[in-house]
Amino acid sequence: MKQKSKKLALLGLCTAAAMVLSYVESLIPLFLPGLKIGLPNVVIVFVLYQAGWLSAAGVSLVRVGLVAVLFGNTLSLAYSFAGAVLSLLVMGLLKKVGFFSAVGVSVAGGVSHNGAQIAVAAAVMRTSQLLYYLPALIIGGTIAGVLIGIAGGILLRRLPAADLLERH
Amino acid sequence: MALDSRRRRDLLLIFGLLVCSGIALFLVLFFRTPGGQVVVEVDGAVYGKYDLYKDATVRIETEDGGYNLLQIADGCACVTQANCPDKLCVHQPKISQTGENIVCLPHRVVVFIEETPS
Repeated sequence: MKQKSKKLALLGLCTAAAMVLSYVESLIPLFLPGLKIGLPNVVIVFVLYQAGWLSAAGVSLVRVGLVAVLFGNTLSLAYSFAGAVLSLLVMGLLKKVGFFSAVGVSVAGGVSHNGAQIAVAAAVMRTSQLLYYLPALIIGGTIAGVLIGIAGGILLRRLPAADLLERH
Repeated sequence: MALDSRRRRDLLLIFGLLVCSGIALFLVLFFRTPGGQVVVEVDGAVYGKYDLYKDATVRIETEDGGYNLLQIADGCACVTQANCPDKLCVHQPKISQTGENIVCLPHRVVVFIEETPS
């Protein structure tokens, strides 16, 4: 029981950290609406490896919901939600398969996040024009994913709180 | 040892993505041409087409009271003003080449460049 509340508190802390990172990245404008670098993914990758997929999904979805309530609108919620769900599925699957290290998992997560967002945007706008930027976005997403994966890896090795989160 | 092969597959994934999208990007940039007309679409339907080389300011109005001010000048198009919540369309760079576009998600407005119809 004590362990459980400890875990809950730590996941709450992670959610807060992810929200701060969401706010920080919202200050960095990118050339396409709704598309982000994916800074909160550092936290999601960290939680995924430390506490498992379910915890990562919880932190990610709570973050998306709260950020939309605080800074966004229902429309931005739809894009973020699509991105978060697809990247969670992809990262969870790739981690389970064990084919890649945290860096590869994070890259795949980042690229699928961008892909899902642009797909939802194209569907909502009923235009294929948005796909014009897809190649540039994949390149950007890959580079960002590498850096975020490395940052996540450093967190996993260094953070003393890490061993408090038990896998479930 | 297991880690090493994972690292190798990481690199393979990264380079695979970079090479594929790099080729796609190259093709897009290589085959693009200066456009002839500016097309405005609202909610998937064509709102209007304008000559890219005739300076103009167009006020794009959407049904729910939204507007985006489209400026066409010197063969470039850009959105100079809008009442959408995020103003991302205003911050997007000027467009002049075929396929380039400016998007306002909240208003479902897409502005893109097309070749002149022959």
